[in-house]
Amino acid sequence: MRFLRESFVVFRRQLRMNLRNPAWVIIGMMQPVLYLLLFGPLLKPLVQQLGATNAYTFFVPGMLAQLGIFGAFFAGFSLIGEWREGVIEAERVTPANRTALLAGRLWRDLIQLLVQALILVGLGYAMGMDAPLRGVVLGILLTLAIGGACAASSNALALTTKSEDVMAPIVNMVMMPVLLLSGILLPMTIGPSWLIRVSDFVPFRHIVDAIRAAFRDDFSSSSLLAGSLWAVSLLALSLWWGTSTFRKENP
Amino acid sequence: MIEARRLVQTFHAGRGKARREIRAVDEVDLDVAEGEVVGFLGPNGAGKTTTLRMLTTLLRPTSGTARVAGYDVVADSVEVRRRIGYVSQVGGAFSAARAGDEVMDHGMLYGRSRREVKARGKELFEQFQLDGLWDRMPKTMSGGQKRRLDIVMGLIHDPTLVFLDEPTTGLDPQARANLWQHIAELRTNRGATVFLTTHYLDEADALSDRIVIIDQGRIVASDTADNLKNEVAGDLIDLEVADVVHVPIAAETLRAVAEPPSHGIRGVEVDGTHVRARVRRAGRVVPGLLRNLDHDGIVLDAIEVHRPTLDDVFLTLTGRSLRDAEAGHRTSADGASGAGDAADHDSSGTPVLTGAE
Repeated sequence: MRFLRESFVVFRRQLRMNLRNPAWVIIGMMQPVLYLLLFGPLLKPLVQQLGATNAYTFFVPGMLAQLGIFGAFFAGFSLIGEWREGVIEAERVTPANRTALLAGRLWRDLIQLLVQALILVGLGYAMGMDAPLRGVVLGILLTLAIGGACAASSNALALTTKSEDVMAPIVNMVMMPVLLLSGILLPMTIGPSWLIRVSDFVPFRHIVDAIRAAFRDDFSSSSLLAGSLWAVSLLALSLWWGTSTFRKENP
Repeated sequence: MIEARRLVQTFHAGRGKARREIRAVDEVDLDVAEGEVVGFLGPNGAGKTTTLRMLTTLLRPTSGTARVAGYDVVADSVEVRRRIGYVSQVGGAFSAARAGDEVMDHGMLYGRSRREVKARGKELFEQFQLDGLWDRMPKTMSGGQKRRLDIVMGLIHDPTLVFLDEPTTGLDPQARANLWQHIAELRTNRGATVFLTTHYLDEADALSDRIVIIDQGRIVASDTADNLKNEVAGDLIDLEVADVVHVPIAAETLRAVAEPPSHGIRGVEVDGTHVRARVRRAGRVVPGLLRNLDHDGIVLDAIEVHRPTLDDVFLTLTGRSLRDAEAGHRTSADGASGAGDAADHDSSGTPVLTGAE
């Protein structure tokens, strides 16, 4: 109960700050929407080569994964700003649970991600996406799982580096191969075998495949199970990293 | 209220073969009684903030023990946090949030109800002359207002012990004087115990019942400002002799009453027609000294008595002037920490102890 109360106080504060300055939320949202509007139509003639029947049923899951990974990975930058202004230290000197301090921030990131995902899915339906509700719900849940994992990792990284100058290149270094090897824009299956083998080692590729399977209503697919396991594992690992960073030196 | 024994904090700097251990706080013993206002004085890099961060549970001690408000800072850190207020050097309110919201959220993290925190916050805003600023963002406030807001946040849960880390750094003289008044009232009006770090000599002098001086991670003195000045440094007598021929006799006469040369005290010094020495209490010495000089036929152009400053105390205790301390820290701390060096004087012209944090 105390944990929930404390994480809610942090969540409400974070949400208030986001609403006060929604620029980043809008910028984060615009990118996948622009992809959907400007890149989606290019996929229509290629649908059959991609092994899909509907361009948007194929493409929206990729955009959801992009939102979950890249949007959340930037969450730590705002934490550095708070740390610089003494906010983190002020929170750490209160008796509040250390995990609640992280959880409140993650709730903020997840709510933001959920709203963005709903807008994206709504837009996808408007453009002709054909996906069952249960598949969309599962796809969004998987998106929230990787979003939570990336946000927790980003916060942990932010508290470790305490510098935008150090963090930005690290995030870029991680994001670029993830973008290219997770099949967000195009399926990895159309690539050469060596590229497919390399992408097998990228957990996000399996998660993207799982979201696509969910949107196809292919619940018997092994990729759905594998991607879900990866998403849950990454979330657990990232939560552990984030929490231990918040507790470090100051349990 | 505070009881620290052999408190140690070490950091590591450098990499590979250049890696070395830095003892930021070196076996510090501290005792602070309930209701006491203690000034923790030292140059930047002396170990003030590191000590304070250990006492406020923000940093786990490398070794040693500390009990704060009756609880161990490691084993009972949550209980310690419930009872202390902490105002860090950089504050704690986010510049782009509303001041009232920041105070409310901070208070609620102590388990207080929304209504309770709001009432307390409004009351503190009034006490700290922040009326009408509840909805303002800290970034639009003056330095003094922002600092008072930080203190309000530190007091929102009615702590019995308040830690203030360099509370007036960067403020103009008027804002500093105003903040001093508020800090003094913490004890008089609220009965709070206050532990404040500062590198402003006048601040420690004006606010503290007792001054603890730390240098290079070690406590070098702990007493009232007056006792430190009297016992450690002593008053400086400066005789200006009319005839340079009489300078040796004047020096001998002064030597008879002066403090003997010791660590930091140079004994009688002669500079042209000036003869200087430190004495324990000038008021008791000067009448006899004048009689003896008169008896020896020494004519003085002037006699000046200077009360010692905490700067003098630092020199006496460490054998180094504050400028030496600064230079020493600049050399030894090179590459060991990221903080910059402070200037000898801040923007308000106030003398400060300097070095590298």
